[in-house]
Amino acid sequence: MALIEVEKLRKAYTDEGVQTVALNDITFQINEGEFVAVMGPSGSGKSTLLHILGFLDAPTSGFYRFDGKEIYDYLPEEAARLRNKKMGFVFQSFNLLPRATVLENVKLPLVYSGIKESLRKDMALKAIDAVGLSNRIYHESAQLSGGEKQRVAIARALVNNPSVIFADEPTGNLDSKSGQIIMEIIQRFNRQEGHTIILITHETYTSEYAQRVIKLRDGGIESDQTVVKRHEASDVFIK
Amino acid sequence: MTSKDIFKTAFFGLRANKMRSILTIIGIIIGISSIMLVMSIGRGAENLILNQIRGLGSRTIIIEPGREPSGPSVLAEIFTDSLKIREVEALKNPVNVPGLKGLTPVVMRVTPVAFENETLRTNIIGISELMFEILDIYPSEGYLFGDEDVKQMASVAVIGSEVKRKLFGHSDALGRKIKIKGKNFKIIGIVPPKGQVALFNVDDMVAVPYTTAQKYIAGINYFSPLIVQAENEEIVPRVANDIKITLRGLHNITDPEKDDFHITTQADAVERVNTVTGIITALLVSVAAISLVVGGIGIMNIMLVSVTERTREIGLRKAIGATDNNILAQFLTEAVMLTFAGGIAGIIVGTGLSFIGSLVLSKFVARDWPFSFPLEAAILALGVSVFIGIIFGLQPARQASRKSPIEALRYE
Repeated sequence: MALIEVEKLRKAYTDEGVQTVALNDITFQINEGEFVAVMGPSGSGKSTLLHILGFLDAPTSGFYRFDGKEIYDYLPEEAARLRNKKMGFVFQSFNLLPRATVLENVKLPLVYSGIKESLRKDMALKAIDAVGLSNRIYHESAQLSGGEKQRVAIARALVNNPSVIFADEPTGNLDSKSGQIIMEIIQRFNRQEGHTIILITHETYTSEYAQRVIKLRDGGIESDQTVVKRHEASDVFIK
Repeated sequence: MTSKDIFKTAFFGLRANKMRSILTIIGIIIGISSIMLVMSIGRGAENLILNQIRGLGSRTIIIEPGREPSGPSVLAEIFTDSLKIREVEALKNPVNVPGLKGLTPVVMRVTPVAFENETLRTNIIGISELMFEILDIYPSEGYLFGDEDVKQMASVAVIGSEVKRKLFGHSDALGRKIKIKGKNFKIIGIVPPKGQVALFNVDDMVAVPYTTAQKYIAGINYFSPLIVQAENEEIVPRVANDIKITLRGLHNITDPEKDDFHITTQADAVERVNTVTGIITALLVSVAAISLVVGGIGIMNIMLVSVTERTREIGLRKAIGATDNNILAQFLTEAVMLTFAGGIAGIIVGTGLSFIGSLVLSKFVARDWPFSFPLEAAILALGVSVFIGIIFGLQPARQASRKSPIEALRYE
């Protein structure tokens, strides 16, 4: 069974009487363990799609089933719990708490998950270790480089061992070297841990870490193809 | 999310902006400490006055000339000469006022007292032996004057400890002569320190027989006041009533509204003091409460700024699983923690100021001004500060909880 099923999904905004269609009747499925890149130019609707898939926004019409359950069947509290337990988010601008340490940032989702406080530190340390930042746990985010900040954000997304990670332009604010490291980490988690990855990007190079690329244009699907020649993680950057 | 998590999250939010948090609660600190100060000083004043009143004993009745003052316009009426020797004789008659154990007229003046080259302006009180009994005064040196001295208008004086210290220093005062209004008075007794008892500052007094005070010091033929002692506490109301009837009869007064005297028992005085201090304290507390409201508005203002400033944080928290209620609880707890901290600090500052205030007042106003920690005011202050946190923190917290996560994440 597909983890994510989207059918005739539509999202329209009305601003001062003018209607803008961000997503226009799109249909696709994503299976568990897949690494899918969603590409498209600005305004193509890729961020809107990610917000709906991540239960941060609701569609205007159409169907979206996550794990077999329709989005409309989730109460707001259930949606929050779903985001906490089954989803991880990585944003372009990292969104770390500014005066918190790496450890505190990574522990943050556990605060809302009902996990005992005594277990939280170990879980966070494990996630930090997985992104190779064990030597930085007490550094505040202001003391980290952009690449390191994004690695903290990935650790935070992973700490609850979610089914799916939504990465919204994760390399957008990074130099190419740091971007490459981030993409290799994401790819490794997909391969080794089986996390489903949905990556929003407008860079062809970045999308080539994925198995499949869905291209959007003007709110519709332009193409949905398997990547023939993938970039492969070198696995040398982390201990 | 557990309560502990909510507190830790709120504490983290406040810690991130330490300076702002401290500045925000200053308003609450000022408000709470003012209330504490006002209530503590008010309570101290009340206790002081009550102690002084109680110092006269529960059997004592004070008769003062003039109608009971009910406002500044009639204040002049208290300076009447309606109580003279005729009234004293009538009241002492057991037929008129049965149950009257004793009566002493009082004459009070502030006059310079001289010994050799030292001069001291102090309180001269003309009394009889009964007054020493009522005030519970025993001499540390010498003896007290008696009825014979009163009858003979003897030029003898009993002095308080402060008068002795100021005029004589460490040298002997007993048997020496002091000069009041050109007349020599022999010091026959010295009383130990006792502070203020009702109308009298025992330490700063020079007590002389009332007859002597009337003739040689004040040059008057009336008294103000007369102090009466009833045989026991139970009959005080009856004795007070008999005094009224006797004086009205003597002065041909039929309408009680036209009384030219007024009577105060200890119970009356206690009640009056409680009423007056209660009103004054309530007034001052309401003024101080205004600063609490201002402090609350300050908290609300800062919380609104904080919510706007932390829009992205709110978006992030929602994205990673915080519910609207989690966000509401976090920001409301931040506001309440701020005001609670302000309340605690206010109580500490207020108590400190009250203590300093009582020290200053006991130095300059009344030697035995008591320091009073108003426990119920402290509990009330904490309750009020938490209440203010909830009231003024609710709107910013609701605003935070209602933010759409994507709008919040997009916020620049």
